[in-house]
Amino acid sequence: MKQMKLVFIFPENIVEEPVTYNLISEYGVRVNILRASIDPGKQGRMVVELSGEEIQISQGLNYLENVGVRVTPLGQNIQRLEDRCTSCTSCIPHCPTQALDVDRESWNVTFDPEKCIVCFSCLETCIYNAMSVEEQFA
Amino acid sequence: MAKTIEEINGKIQSGKVVVFTAEEIIDVVQEKGIKQAVREVDVVTTGTFSPMCSSGAFFNIKQPKEKMKLGGGFATLNGVPAYAGLAAADIYVGATAIPDSDPRNSNGLPGKYRYGGAHVIEDLVAGKKVLLKGGGYGTDCYPLLTREQTIGLDDMNDAFLFNPRNCYQNYNVAVNLSDKPIYTYMGKLKPKLGNAYYCSAGQLSPLFNDPYFRTIGIGTRVFLSGAEGYVAWPGTQHNPNAPRLENGTPQIPAGTVALIGDMRQMTTEWLRAVTFRGYGVTLSVAVGVPIPIIDEDILRSVCVTDAQLKAPVVDYSEFYPTGQGEAKLGEVTYKELKSGSIHIKDQDVPTGSFSSYALARKVAHHLKQLIQEGDFLLTQFQAPLPGAAIGKGATE
Repeated sequence: MKQMKLVFIFPENIVEEPVTYNLISEYGVRVNILRASIDPGKQGRMVVELSGEEIQISQGLNYLENVGVRVTPLGQNIQRLEDRCTSCTSCIPHCPTQALDVDRESWNVTFDPEKCIVCFSCLETCIYNAMSVEEQFA
Repeated sequence: MAKTIEEINGKIQSGKVVVFTAEEIIDVVQEKGIKQAVREVDVVTTGTFSPMCSSGAFFNIKQPKEKMKLGGGFATLNGVPAYAGLAAADIYVGATAIPDSDPRNSNGLPGKYRYGGAHVIEDLVAGKKVLLKGGGYGTDCYPLLTREQTIGLDDMNDAFLFNPRNCYQNYNVAVNLSDKPIYTYMGKLKPKLGNAYYCSAGQLSPLFNDPYFRTIGIGTRVFLSGAEGYVAWPGTQHNPNAPRLENGTPQIPAGTVALIGDMRQMTTEWLRAVTFRGYGVTLSVAVGVPIPIIDEDILRSVCVTDAQLKAPVVDYSEFYPTGQGEAKLGEVTYKELKSGSIHIKDQDVPTGSFSSYALARKVAHHLKQLIQEGDFLLTQFQAPLPGAAIGKGATE
């Protein structure tokens, strides 16, 4: 059993393809949608957690590649720039998964990419510009 | 037995001074008691690191061979307009200034405010050069009409921060009662009490530790973003007549100080440009104020804890901007605010801060170390800040 968090980027021409349905029914992959923004006629993004046998997942990912969905691992997408962060905690109430958290003894803010669902809330709220997103999603 | 500033400075110079931060002193006094601690402790250091909008810098820019009068003309630095209504070569760059080309909040979208006066100041402190564009109207003594040149701190005769209002003694806790998100100088506030923001170092904050300004006054030497700075004047909006708790601390934003310090001694570790989405640009500065332990009363003041400091909760969707509606939704302690959640109108509201407690602590420790190593002497203020009558908690 394997489990991984990924980001699917849908080019606008395949937004109407039932990709998630196919992943589940054809490849037997369990798909847990953490966040999605898909509008007909526009590029779409979906943050998912996949689980299943290794072979199922790799076949499913091949299928995605064939239909033109770009797949990238999640967690590398949002970065915390430690030299910019002042641990002020302004991001904390906006982070929906506590990927950004603060130790209330040391008062240092920490970022756990495993928990991040790439919702971009921190990019909007960080006043020090300490949260950055990798080029491909900018 | 009262201690004088001279006695304390003597101990600093002989390496015998005893210093604690405003956080450490709480346990020290609990352990030793006031009577013993007042004999042993000489200085308590405070600290804060936070956005402080009323900040900016004066520059005197070296003249080229053919001279120019910026006064009455105009000057921009990296496109950010500076105030040029002074003598020929003096300008002032305010932290919140933004280029004319910035789209601001247009088309109903909260602006991003990527670059402004605070960024110019941070860039210069970082040792970078910025592009000066200047225009004058030409006089017999200042014939040059336009000037375009990259300049750094080396191209200036003088560069100093002069912040008309820093170190607010207490601040509002901001919330949003409306049903849409709002973008304020207290951050993005989610609808229906979705979050609350506060902005104070609480028990480490300079003016919370000397609530009646007994030791902090005009001429007090402070740590300002890496430099030796000074209290130049009471800050704008300084209001000593705020309602106070029994421990003397104000329950609303009250005292402030105007600070001044040499930019050449500052570092970007202690000074940062910040951007509030939908609101604008501002500057975060680090301030540390040493408090001489001259008597038992002042020692009691610096022992104040987050649990004994209270801030008002204010609705920034209606009351703050329009003066309409409920003025105060409640009062919470800094201990509650720092727990991560406060209780307002039967709702648990998650909290966040713009003031960095981690860096406030670092400032206080840094100042403590400077004093212990003999690198920072205390000053007797030259004139007091307008104060409140001790023990008489005036009403608003």
